Amino acid sequence: MVKNIKANRVIMAYLFLIPALVFLLVFRFYPIIAGMILGFFSYDFLGNSTYIGLANFQEAFTDRKFWLAMQHSVTYLLVVPFIQLLSILLAIMVNRKMRGGHIFRLAYYIPVVTSMVAVAITWKWVLKSNGIINSILTNVGLLATPIAFLTSPELALYSVMFVTLWKGLGFYMVIYLAGLQAVPAGLEEVARLDGAKTWQVWLYITIPLLRPSILLCTVLSAMSALKVFDEIFIMTGGGPINSSLVASLYIYQTAFKDYRFGYAAALGFMLALVVGIFTIINFKFLGKGGANRPQ
Amino acid sequence: MKSSGFYRVSRGVKRVLLYLLMTVIALIMLGPFLWLLSTSLKEASYIYAYPPQLIPRPLTLESYIAVIKQLDFLTYFLNSVFITVGGISLNAIFSSMAAYPLARFEFPGKKIIFAAMISTMFLPNSAGLIVNFLTMKRLNLVDRRVAVFLPAAVTVFGIFLLRQTYLKIPGELEDAARIDGASEFGIWWRIMLPLSKPALVTLIIFDFVTHWNSFLWSLIILQDPKKYPLAAALQYLQGVFAYDFKLIAAGTVISVIPIIIVFLVFQKQYMSGMAGAVKA
Repeated sequence: MVKNIKANRVIMAYLFLIPALVFLLVFRFYPIIAGMILGFFSYDFLGNSTYIGLANFQEAFTDRKFWLAMQHSVTYLLVVPFIQLLSILLAIMVNRKMRGGHIFRLAYYIPVVTSMVAVAITWKWVLKSNGIINSILTNVGLLATPIAFLTSPELALYSVMFVTLWKGLGFYMVIYLAGLQAVPAGLEEVARLDGAKTWQVWLYITIPLLRPSILLCTVLSAMSALKVFDEIFIMTGGGPINSSLVASLYIYQTAFKDYRFGYAAALGFMLALVVGIFTIINFKFLGKGGANRPQ
Repeated sequence: MKSSGFYRVSRGVKRVLLYLLMTVIALIMLGPFLWLLSTSLKEASYIYAYPPQLIPRPLTLESYIAVIKQLDFLTYFLNSVFITVGGISLNAIFSSMAAYPLARFEFPGKKIIFAAMISTMFLPNSAGLIVNFLTMKRLNLVDRRVAVFLPAAVTVFGIFLLRQTYLKIPGELEDAARIDGASEFGIWWRIMLPLSKPALVTLIIFDFVTHWNSFLWSLIILQDPKKYPLAAALQYLQGVFAYDFKLIAAGTVISVIPIIIVFLVFQKQYMSGMAGAVKA
């Protein structure tokens, strides 16, 4: 009898789990495994696959365009220090008790919830050669000729980086805000009473206590910088003349324009490897001294 | 006395400066959207006018009418609603079901299942789009709108979130219901679900933002542009209608409004959910 009830509960457990497990198996677990294996195959658009060993990886090493794209993805990491510094400052500002502070928080967060398509279309419009920024700057006389933010090879990548920074600020601000609220308020008060200046309180108390959040945010933003896709795809399409081609975009083109699924999977695996390496570096540099984690 | 008066004044000045700075930043964050909104309400001959008009004179809704009549934005809007509602409902139901035994039962395989779920957060899914595309091809679901939300219809995040919530529900409630003869399904439906409403709301808002904003997968899996959700349609149309930007502006505004409304209504749940999710 007791055994029966137990067996019943096991069956019940799996009945509750099965729908979710089916979805996760097909769309989450299987792609991880199949994706790794796919890199060793040549897969054409007719669906014929042949095992070709390491050929895809060998090709990747001599694929100039891939390394150029990879270089741009690594350059994209430049966003990380700026976005972290600015979002910490924003968090400290909005963490003050002040009337209407709440409204500012919301305003800074709105770019986070809007779609990248909407954001990219908006910024393309603002940054156009005859867009509002150029039109004001040239009419005021600050510029002789409009700046080609998105259409010059020197600027395109950096202009998109700015949009990434702008859209992401609010997201990291909220994480830092949660970190700040975990900092015991008394601590800063005591330091201030001891005569510490505001910047000293920040530098010696607030920032060190934020360390776990800084690690988390740096890892997250470095990962998404290396994997950046959406804003590049919409705003420049990798151009002009591949000057903003990043690894994820090249992989996407290899898969869904050239229909070389196997090669694209191999490239994706290599990008994942680079992301992994940078994540480990981040943990090594920022992870130590985690003892002062506020808990 | 004098110094404290000075202190008060300088504090007041500081406060004003802070407000000023924060307002400037708010303008940088919202300004581009306001400019887009303004463009969408202008007549064609005014959109490049200098000095730029923030408040359009004359103000016209012709871009919105054109976008709905000529570009069929109502269809895209309904596609978005279908995809978003589909994705949200499946995740809300299946994640909250799966979380129940993971939080409350002891059964063989529990640890392995849980570990496998955690591993998906660390293992790279670098060929996810490709493999999912091939899977959809095999399932004959290419160019079907259901294929847009199926891959994200059950999320590990959702299962974790609800499991955490169920763990906090006191066992006495469950025992009492069991003594009253409630089935496992009844306990889940009558006790677990109602008591985890806040977590469910958080999950639904998160999923709403994800599904409503996603565009790339739709572009890959759908061949007929008439089936596109708003975000994908905008990406597609911005190339075709680049010469008539106010239409794209109006379309973008239409696509953003639902997200802004949901965000403003549920801001508390969203913000605290965000901070909590990242910490976990």
